[in-house]
Amino acid sequence: MASMPISFAALLDRPDIWRGQALSRGGAPTLPCGFPGLDAELPGGGWPAGALTEILPTHEGIGELRLLGPVLAGLSQRGLRLVWIAPPHLPYAPALAAAGIDIANLVVVRVASPKETLWATEQALASNACGAVLTWPQGAKYAELRRLQIAAEGGRAPAFLFRVPEAASESSPAPLRIALGTSDGGLAVRVLKRRGAPLAQPILLPSMPPAVRGKSHHVDRHPVASAAARDFSARLVHA
Amino acid sequence: MPQLPLEIFLRGSSTPEPFAVEERHCVFVCDRKASARGVRAGMAVAAALALAPRLRVALRDPATETEALLGVAGWAAQFTPGVALEFPDGVLLEVSGSLKLFGGLESLLERLRQGLAEMGWSSVLAGAPTPRAAFWFALVGKQKFIGESAELEPVLAALPLEVLRCNDETLAAFEAIGVRTLGELRALPREGVARRFGQGPLAELDRALGQLPDPRNFFVPPARFGAAIELPAEVTRAEALLFAARRLIVQLAGFLAARSGGVQRFVLSLGHRDKAPTEIAIGLVAPSRDAEHFTLLVRERFASLELAGPVRELALKADDVVPLPDRNLGLVLEQGKPPGQWEPLVERLRARLGSEAVCGIASRAEHRPERAGVIADAGQKRLQLDFGERPFWLLEFPRPLAEIGAVPSLEGPLELLVGPERIESGWWDGDDVARDYFVARMQNEALVWIYRERRGEGGWYLHGVFA
Repeated sequence: MASMPISFAALLDRPDIWRGQALSRGGAPTLPCGFPGLDAELPGGGWPAGALTEILPTHEGIGELRLLGPVLAGLSQRGLRLVWIAPPHLPYAPALAAAGIDIANLVVVRVASPKETLWATEQALASNACGAVLTWPQGAKYAELRRLQIAAEGGRAPAFLFRVPEAASESSPAPLRIALGTSDGGLAVRVLKRRGAPLAQPILLPSMPPAVRGKSHHVDRHPVASAAARDFSARLVHA
Repeated sequence: MPQLPLEIFLRGSSTPEPFAVEERHCVFVCDRKASARGVRAGMAVAAALALAPRLRVALRDPATETEALLGVAGWAAQFTPGVALEFPDGVLLEVSGSLKLFGGLESLLERLRQGLAEMGWSSVLAGAPTPRAAFWFALVGKQKFIGESAELEPVLAALPLEVLRCNDETLAAFEAIGVRTLGELRALPREGVARRFGQGPLAELDRALGQLPDPRNFFVPPARFGAAIELPAEVTRAEALLFAARRLIVQLAGFLAARSGGVQRFVLSLGHRDKAPTEIAIGLVAPSRDAEHFTLLVRERFASLELAGPVRELALKADDVVPLPDRNLGLVLEQGKPPGQWEPLVERLRARLGSEAVCGIASRAEHRPERAGVIADAGQKRLQLDFGERPFWLLEFPRPLAEIGAVPSLEGPLELLVGPERIESGWWDGDDVARDYFVARMQNEALVWIYRERRGEGGWYLHGVFA
């Protein structure tokens, strides 16, 4: 009886075999984030669908939305709705359209109080009718986030919660937590929490709008030659 | 529906006091709290009040009873087109053709029982090959189901004569000759019975046995839906009305299912004692007949409702019924949560947050930045435009920036990276702008979109954030 030769690598690739240093491949669906270097470090190779992802930028304007540009563009072009709940400003249609997002599928929900933000987010996640949910909650407690996580579970939508950097010190039920900072004019992504082994080093993404990139006062911005990036012991990745 | 005369008063909410319905100064029917105190049907109202001093007594209201019966018939038409009314308190359904569709008799009965209970009606369900026999079983409180005509006769024979609903004198006359059951009546010589009591009782019995035809006029549901509940006590909190509203919503959903229709709008009106009723219109993004969804929307509206005054009556109206075919079920079950429906989510959000809270954004052929991106109805088609570098966030109102030594400043001096991009536009509508836009970097490396005003006093403004 001839048996199929099975390579050792193929065997290790089986989803039911888990190696200690490997990231969780727990079968939970993910959506590629569009930055290969970051995808490689995210469990399942992308943003988790049906789960909370916390994004904690040090301050606004460093590229926190641009980080989601590719995934939002992909979802909206497939006709899925992007629901933005309680955004801090008006999402600007010309810029979003230029980033490839089909703005016909973008829906803004404006609320009058932080309680309503949580309520609307829970409704949006539980309905499972959205392609992605982006929400800007203020001062959410663990129990409230837990409710959101439960509402998201089993659904298809990734849920991005934008929170203040101070929230990093609080515990959270979100399976993926990411802190954003700037480093050498780019966006430094620190994975605070993920399923699997922790990640010690930040991932550096060029985050600026393309037209601005060349005008920077930082002279050496070439990804491979960037000695500065190595000094920060960061991994440098092409967008 | 043995409790119909009572339940038209009590189904909206419960009362702490015992309750009875009177007819000709006698108790016609009373609730459990009253019977626990010894109040019985047929008792004089004065005697009942002596037994239960806090007893609330309402006059029997045949018009409302009939309306309720019609409502139940309209709801029940979802199970079969053959619905007939048996006044004053019965509804007959011809279900032999519907059993398979609803998964057999037991499953159909369960749906009937549950639906009636949700509308606030207690019920006795019985079935037989003839409508007359089925109704008689229900009248004596027997939840009996007989499928074969051959089995009918012995069971009918045991029924008391009261099911004939003839007057008291006739009943007394039967009793005088020792006849108490239908079986004993049938055993008497037909001619003699016919001579003394008329053809009526015998003909009824023959119809029950299927030996005489018993044609029925089937009920035709009205084109519009309207139903109301009178509340036994005035309600002052909107949330407490949900209980009564739910009863009407279940009735509406059944009515719509019977018509294979849905509604896109329904109106709840709250009746007050001496004010015009409060009307609450509930709109839907797409037609629906889902009772759970309707209930959710009403709950959200009630949560934010300030009542104009105590509510005495609750009515539900739906005028425009549109066709809404049943959805075909997929052959293969999908894994995980099934994809949800978008419209109910939008309705829920709008019901609680206000209809302007949910909106889309749009791009317009316009050079002025604040006009190129606008709020639009969710899900509209938009045109795609090619602009220069634009920020993801736009401030609704440009914010003036401090200027330190001719350099604009926002938490420290700003470094201008790209610009100027001159935008001069809008001279034709009087809201013209003349600005030089720059992409600038803050000390903390955030990128912002700022402009220098070229008219009037000049100055720098923050207009966007490159998030």
